[in-house]
Amino acid sequence: MTDLTNFSIVDLVNGIKNKDFTSEEVTKSFIKNAENSDKLNAYITKCFDEALVSAKNFDKKNISKGLLPGIPIAVKDMFCTKDVKTTAGSKILNNFLPTYESTVTNKLWLEGAFLLGKLNCDEFAMGSSNETSFFGNVTNPFGDKIVPGGSSGGSASALAANLTPATIGTDTGGSIRQPASFTGTVGLKPTYGRCSRWGIVAFASSLDQAGPLTKTVEDCALLLHAMSGYDPKDSTSVNIKVNDFSSNLTEKVKDLTIGIPKEYRVEDMPTEIDKLWKKGIDFLKDAGVVIKDISLPHTMYALPTYYIVAPAEASSNLARYDGVKYGHRSKGNNLIEMYENTRSEGFGDEVKRRILIGTYVLSSGYYDAYYLKAQKVRKLIKEDFDKAFNNVDAILTPSTPSSAFKMGEKKDDPVSMYLNDIFTVPVNLAGLPAISIPSGYDKNNLPLGLQLIGRPFDEQMILNLSLALQKRMNFKRNIKAWWK
Amino acid sequence: MVEIMTENKFDYFINGEKNKWEVIIGLEVHAQVLSKSKLFSSSSTKFGAEPNTQVSLVDSALPGMLPVINQFCIEQSIKTGLGLKAKINRHSVFDRKNYFYADLPQGYQISQYKNPIVGEGEVILDMPYGTKKIGIERLHLEQDAGKSIHDMDPENTFVDLNRSGIALMEIVSKPDLRSPEEVNAYVKKLRSIMRYLATCDGNMQEGSLRADVNVSVRKVGDIKYGTRCEIKNVNSIKFMQMAIEYEAKRQVELLEDGKAVDQETRLFDTKKNKTKSMRLKEEAHDYRYFPDPDLLPLEIDKSLIDKLKKTLPELPDEKKDRFMKIYNISAYEANILVSEKEISDYYEEVIKQADKKLAANWIMGDLFAVLNKKNISIARSPVSPKNLSILINLISSEEISGRIAKEVFEIMIEKDDNPKVIVESKGLRQQSDPIELEKIITEILTKNKDKVAQYKNGKEKLFGFFIGQVMKSSGGRANPKLVNEILKSKLK
Repeated sequence: MTDLTNFSIVDLVNGIKNKDFTSEEVTKSFIKNAENSDKLNAYITKCFDEALVSAKNFDKKNISKGLLPGIPIAVKDMFCTKDVKTTAGSKILNNFLPTYESTVTNKLWLEGAFLLGKLNCDEFAMGSSNETSFFGNVTNPFGDKIVPGGSSGGSASALAANLTPATIGTDTGGSIRQPASFTGTVGLKPTYGRCSRWGIVAFASSLDQAGPLTKTVEDCALLLHAMSGYDPKDSTSVNIKVNDFSSNLTEKVKDLTIGIPKEYRVEDMPTEIDKLWKKGIDFLKDAGVVIKDISLPHTMYALPTYYIVAPAEASSNLARYDGVKYGHRSKGNNLIEMYENTRSEGFGDEVKRRILIGTYVLSSGYYDAYYLKAQKVRKLIKEDFDKAFNNVDAILTPSTPSSAFKMGEKKDDPVSMYLNDIFTVPVNLAGLPAISIPSGYDKNNLPLGLQLIGRPFDEQMILNLSLALQKRMNFKRNIKAWWK
Repeated sequence: MVEIMTENKFDYFINGEKNKWEVIIGLEVHAQVLSKSKLFSSSSTKFGAEPNTQVSLVDSALPGMLPVINQFCIEQSIKTGLGLKAKINRHSVFDRKNYFYADLPQGYQISQYKNPIVGEGEVILDMPYGTKKIGIERLHLEQDAGKSIHDMDPENTFVDLNRSGIALMEIVSKPDLRSPEEVNAYVKKLRSIMRYLATCDGNMQEGSLRADVNVSVRKVGDIKYGTRCEIKNVNSIKFMQMAIEYEAKRQVELLEDGKAVDQETRLFDTKKNKTKSMRLKEEAHDYRYFPDPDLLPLEIDKSLIDKLKKTLPELPDEKKDRFMKIYNISAYEANILVSEKEISDYYEEVIKQADKKLAANWIMGDLFAVLNKKNISIARSPVSPKNLSILINLISSEEISGRIAKEVFEIMIEKDDNPKVIVESKGLRQQSDPIELEKIITEILTKNKDKVAQYKNGKEKLFGFFIGQVMKSSGGRANPKLVNEILKSKLK
């Protein structure tokens, strides 16, 4: 029998609808893979029994409704799931059982999908290699001791290794696109406000967005359609019509103009990445696209700006983890001691580092020099994009300045780790949609991605361009299941 | 506004051993917005519920929870701003004020820092020495915290989050107040305005109105303000006054001893009647304010402000002017009658059918005495406005005398009957029949021939005696005016 775990979700949906196979068969195949995947450490919580019950119930009812009928989906452990442990990759939430379901996951379930498990991630989504999780490193299926990227590392690894047919992650500075690039998968960060943040453990509220990680562009359109939409419970979600991204998906991109920003040609970038970028340009030309050189002059300030704004918000967002109400609590002789012990023991080093940075930049006497200035620069970065989009329909860049690196390689050098997000953070600062699609391999046979950045709420445009690229790239995810 | 000084001059100064000192006071009043639900969640705000029964996922700051602004609370604070004749800021921002405390679930309070919803306004006080304008610096919206309970267990502190997230308006005055009496008048006026607007119930026992009091002193004649101390969270006007008096004296003593006043936060110990240091300026929290990224800046449509303006009721100041002009009562009377909306409503109900001056006297005199004695509000008055107006009409039409009226009123307090019925059933109607009265008077004069002789010989004081006798003989029912006339003619 064909291995159902190789299928795209579009094919799985069609197969289930046509009764070529059942939801139970699909679910069992993924469970079987996932059960033999401990070396990858992609799952924090497995909900296999419950998933099987859901699959059987689905098959019994025999009604295929919604966009994702009978599809099992594992999600990043940043999404609160009712009665299923939600940890954000942290010891401090090690015992946390939400009584509520995040808006985005709930939308998936309303479309007929059900939960397969909770996927590992960097602690509170802070990291680019999935080495900061309390639940251990996640391994990239492309090689032992290779990082899957972060923070949605568990999601990307599980997807690439066929442990889930698709998944959703969160992207604050590249946490969907970078791991997608590292694992040869498609990852999209929607426009800020496109998906509800309600029920997602917050890292940096003005940057966080949930988005899909999938095997194909078609799957990405489908999942984005399912998870998007205005939510009155999130004041920053935008009340705008959600397109049927799948039905509108087309590779006809003739006469569109694509910008190539010169500032993304950074020093020390491997020539392979430069080559890949050129290949992408050529393929787009082949599709009839007009290529235009553009400038985004404030790009170089994006990373420092991000590392002020994101920690500032995080330092405040994470204040609620104090041991008083839920989560981990350490003993102490008084309130202050209890706080100190709880947070010292509950948070890992990277989280502590960012809380410290954030607390510092918001302190009186430093606020103007750091936080306020960062907000001004953030505005300039956004204006760069606004101006560019007067002349181009989308922007093409590499997703990352390198391919997946070895575990431990950057762990003790936070700045070099942060530099890995150099191409992705400007997009979050500007609140734009962007997608990473697999585009080729480097000399070590590790995948690389290209990033397409779109106008606000024009995810359709970058999906269409991605489809045109996908057809021409003919990327194959060559993974042997060495971990079994 | 020019301060109109009357013979009652402002005289609140601290007389130190060396100098005469002026006391400078500014108030930060925390007024709970009258709203069924909290500022950022739909939890109930009802007072006195079992601990932690009015707490939503948002109020307890569970992961991934987001605040959504309660539009009604916005409208309530705009209305309050309009009532304070203040500028409504069309653009305002919610900020996070970061600090750790067990009853602050988020680890920050959502407040407004640099861009409050309401800007400068004013409150007019009627003091014995004239009217005085107190400037309002700003009004901003913020969340209340929960409550830590330290006395339920020797080892542990318990937390009740029912209050967590309730909407408060912080109303900051300019340092324009100069005495405990002015503070009393200011808080009462502020409360009165908010009660008229129904934006805060002003119930200090339930914590709906509390204040941080800023006090400093300076030598009379000095222009520069002295160093101030902030007395935190005082929850009654009386305590505010006591705290100010103590604090002003303490500062004067320090300064006259050649010492400096430390800028600090202090607490008022109501048992010892003293303020004590809570934390010095150097120990003050660094709240790391920054705009809350979970909330968009608040943009208010001009049309909303215009709409709310139209819904504003007549406020105490306007009502006072109208009462003086239309009802021809004194400023003093008008002031008291408008001090609470319920009193003015009561008054206007009574004067629908009764004399305006008499009504004012009866309400402020006899009725207030009863309400005070029973410690109830006028809304729960044992005498209805309708019956009080009938009583007043009985006086005006001379059917009963003022004295009898008081007797009838006593009965009305116990049972809110129609005074006409009481008068009839008890036979209290005024005797105004001249023939009947003449009979009684003749009888009295006959009985007291010696006194009549003395009177006629010039002892005119005895006139009162005769009146008294007639009243006594008539059971108090004799029409005093007629008795007077008849007596005079008979004694000629």
